[in-house]
Amino acid sequence: MTNSPFTPGIVPARLDGRVLQENFADLHAPLDAHEALVAADRCYFCHDAPCITACPTTIDIPLFIRQIATGTPEAAAKTIFDQNILGGMCARVCPTETLCEQACVREAAEGKPVDIGRLQRYATDRVMAAGVHPFSRAPQTGKRVAVVGAGPAGLACAHRLAMKGHEIDLFDARPKGGGLNEYGIATYKATDGFAGAELDWLMQIGGITLHTGRALGRDLSLDGLCADYDAVFLGMGLGGVNALRTAGEDRAGVLDAVDFIADLRQADDLARLPVGRNVVVIGGGMTAIDAAVQSKLLGAESVTVLYRRDRAAMPASRYEQDLAASKGVRFVFNAMPIAILGNGAVTGVTVEYTRAEGKSLIGTGETFDIPADQILKAIGQTLATTPEELNITGGKIAVTGPGRTSRKGVWAGGDCASGGEDLTVTAVAEGRDAAEDMHDRLMG
Amino acid sequence: MADLSSDFLGIKSPNPFWLASAPPTDKAYNVVRAFEAGWGGVVWKTLGEAGPPIVNVNGPRYGAIWGADRRLLGLNNIELITDRPLEVNLREIKQVKRDWPDRAMIVSLMVPCEEQAWKAILPLVEETGADGIELNFGCPHGMSERGMGAAVGQVPEYIEMVARWCKQNTRMPVIVKLTPNITDIRYPARAAKKGGADAVSLINTISSIIGVDLDDFSPQPSIDGKGSHGGYCGPAVKPIALNMVAEIARDAETRGMPISGIGGVTTWRDAAEFLALGAGNVQVCTAAMTYGFKIVQEMISGLSQYLDHHDMALSDLIGRAVPNVTDWQYLNLNYVTKARIDQDACIKCGRCYAACEDTSHQAISMSPERVFEVMDDECVACNLCVNVCPVDNCITMERMPAGAVDLRTGAVVTDVPADWTTHPNNPAARTAAE
Ligand SMILES: Cc1cc2nc3c(=O)[nH]c(=O)nc-3n(C[C@H](O)[C@H](O)[C@H](O)COP(=O)(O)OP(=O)(O)OC[C@H]3O[C@@H](n4cnc5c(N)ncnc54)[C@H](O)[C@@H]3O)c2cc1C
Ligand SMILES: Cc1cc2nc3c(=O)[nH]c(=O)nc-3n(C[C@H](O)[C@H](O)[C@H](O)COP(=O)(O)O)c2cc1C
Ligand code: SF4
Repeated sequence: MTNSPFTPGIVPARLDGRVLQENFADLHAPLDAHEALVAADRCYFCHDAPCITACPTTIDIPLFIRQIATGTPEAAAKTIFDQNILGGMCARVCPTETLCEQACVREAAEGKPVDIGRLQRYATDRVMAAGVHPFSRAPQTGKRVAVVGAGPAGLACAHRLAMKGHEIDLFDARPKGGGLNEYGIATYKATDGFAGAELDWLMQIGGITLHTGRALGRDLSLDGLCADYDAVFLGMGLGGVNALRTAGEDRAGVLDAVDFIADLRQADDLARLPVGRNVVVIGGGMTAIDAAVQSKLLGAESVTVLYRRDRAAMPASRYEQDLAASKGVRFVFNAMPIAILGNGAVTGVTVEYTRAEGKSLIGTGETFDIPADQILKAIGQTLATTPEELNITGGKIAVTGPGRTSRKGVWAGGDCASGGEDLTVTAVAEGRDAAEDMHDRLMG
Repeated sequence: MADLSSDFLGIKSPNPFWLASAPPTDKAYNVVRAFEAGWGGVVWKTLGEAGPPIVNVNGPRYGAIWGADRRLLGLNNIELITDRPLEVNLREIKQVKRDWPDRAMIVSLMVPCEEQAWKAILPLVEETGADGIELNFGCPHGMSERGMGAAVGQVPEYIEMVARWCKQNTRMPVIVKLTPNITDIRYPARAAKKGGADAVSLINTISSIIGVDLDDFSPQPSIDGKGSHGGYCGPAVKPIALNMVAEIARDAETRGMPISGIGGVTTWRDAAEFLALGAGNVQVCTAAMTYGFKIVQEMISGLSQYLDHHDMALSDLIGRAVPNVTDWQYLNLNYVTKARIDQDACIKCGRCYAACEDTSHQAISMSPERVFEVMDDECVACNLCVNVCPVDNCITMERMPAGAVDLRTGAVVTDVPADWTTHPNNPAARTAAE
């Protein structure tokens, strides 16, 4: 350890390597066999269970929990993967507190839902660790499909299509597949290279060829894909970021939170990753929380999340907020940056309190400064390249039904497509449903 | 996925999971839902003779006992056979069988103990296209007071007589459903066989009072302050049913007679145990009434995974444990085990200590730091600590290897088996030796 949390500037190794390792270990330790049985025992096997409805991929949760309870976690995993081939990642990253577990009747009864997320992990881990891939392909159809983007949406789509016997070329602009599973999700949610391992496991289905470093708009065109393939699926996610439009945004030390996180996810050695002493994160979503928590875990002395509306309006769940608070992150609500201070490098940010007036926010005139040597912008991602000829709505590719775009033969899903929350599990559901629709069209 | 398709008396069903004759099978609506959910077959709710329909109580019919977290462990009922008109049931049975030809459709019957009554109803059932009949000689309440149900099932001669009437008057396979409310299940089973029955099914419910209200002193369920005994079923009765099934499976006179196992089947494991003890298939009532028809999905996936894992066909499982059911006198007295506590798994609740210290053999020590250890010189291997420990697999029984000294007896453990029949303390054994 060469530096400490008090070292000024943006520097690496603020904490000891061992402490860093502990900080970035599994957020929720996996359940052991006994814990899993105790947790599974709590499920009431509800009829038409609310948890199933609350799951964007509609996993049959009571059934898989009963399968765990009766000693067949492998069967439980199959129940999960039938609906959600990335059930392993979703078990780690789903905000269950706003999805299945919020709907659990025991949340209503006792304020303590069945531990669905961790039970899901218990079952899926077991099958994946054994290297078992419980699906096989239908006879080859001779149809070829191009899938753009190897994130959750693209992967779910490609897997389902491969299972139906189609041949898939999966293109991704980045050097690795996985999308935000590989580059975005907080480190402590997907430890030990899980994203990569899950990708390899998923590819065992066969029939999917991954081409990395191939970007639509640069190396590929939609017209070209439409000409070469029987169908096209777009799952490019949101590659762009919103600009802050605050004076001083170009100062050294001002960074996009997603880039900061991508570097973190790809770092071989966390002790070499530089982080500010005083970090200010601007935004209120999952990205803001993750950037703030991870800055703190890297050893920043102070981390402040600046959100322009009140707590209730914050997109990050209360659970995520509390997690951040428990790590020592400070929240400032109803406040917006009006100037980024410094002389070359950032030294702080001037903040003005806000108040809602109808739909718009206005400054109250009261301002204050927060010292900062690093500012992470997390104010939302946008569609990076808008593919030609596709209708756009609300900044996303307009789709109807199961991901049909305005162009015949082209489907889209995940973050880049309209509708649904920007969540891993939603992307999986949309990719899967589009694949089913594509299959019907291809074979119909 | 293992092949679960089942053949019981030539009656084919996609899996060995049938619904027992009870409310879940009382009408087409339920049975169709059950088939949609995946059940392999049903035994239709018991039909009585034509005439004015059966009357049920209009107050509560069921009572229950629960385990922790209000998990239903035992169910008690004072319900009678179907209270819907015979012709309606027959019409529905015919329709459902026609719509679901691959599922087993058995019709349960209970009519008075006169040949004419059986002769009258059998052709009506045959006409529905049902696959077989089950004779309800088991219902322990209400009907038994009228000389039917358990009143017949408790008299082996009646069982034999009615089974014979049925065999003589129908081409359908005949299953005799036995009551557990007797002292030795082998006698009614032998009678069924003598009467020509193709199979037995068991158990029906056990006579029971589920509880008493301590404020108004009415037995439960209370009908205007009074209660009568009902029939007990659910997870709590499984051990009783397993024993009865095994007794019939290994009895020299009834060995090989097909058995449909009933009583507390709740998960695939329960079903597998019945099958291992000689049942050719299983029937389920309480579990479906508690959790709905969907549980059959877990039964199917679980049994299938189990068979795949053990590389067994369904037929290999059936009866697999029967040769291992024996009498006490043949148990190996040289099989010596000791309890072992896994200190990493132990959560230090002390329940094993309380049990052993207060009620068993004072064979567990407790240190001031709450470390619990088994003292081999006192442990008789009774298994109580294993049974009361809340943590799965924390306390286990470990066999002592041959050559080791059992510190309790001072004897050297041998791997040569020896049982009571040759034990020196057995007067009969001594006589034989002399
Ligand atoms: C920091 C952060 C944390 C998050 N945490 C959570 C969480 O904890 N739980 C949760 O449920 N959700 C979380 N999310 C949201 C979740 O990651 C996304 O909703 C999900 O990944 C969307 O999947 P996708 O497949 O649509 O897009 P992505 O995962 O973004 O994948 C898109 C893929 O397309 C590729 N691509 C982009 N453009 C092109 C192109 N032109 N040509 C070829 N390939 C291209 C990209 O390289 C990428 O691999 C988080 C998001 C962020 C940013
Ligand atoms: C409410 C209720 C009604 C029943 N009615 C009948 C019946 O009409 N005929 C019959 O043969 N058995 C009847 N039974 C007994 C069941 O078929 C079955 O033998 C018994 O419940 C044991 O199985 P289980 O533990 O799975 O419930 C009934 C059981 C219950 C709970
Ligand atoms: S809602 Fe909760 S208790 Fe009910 S089935 Fe789902 S997980 Fe189980």
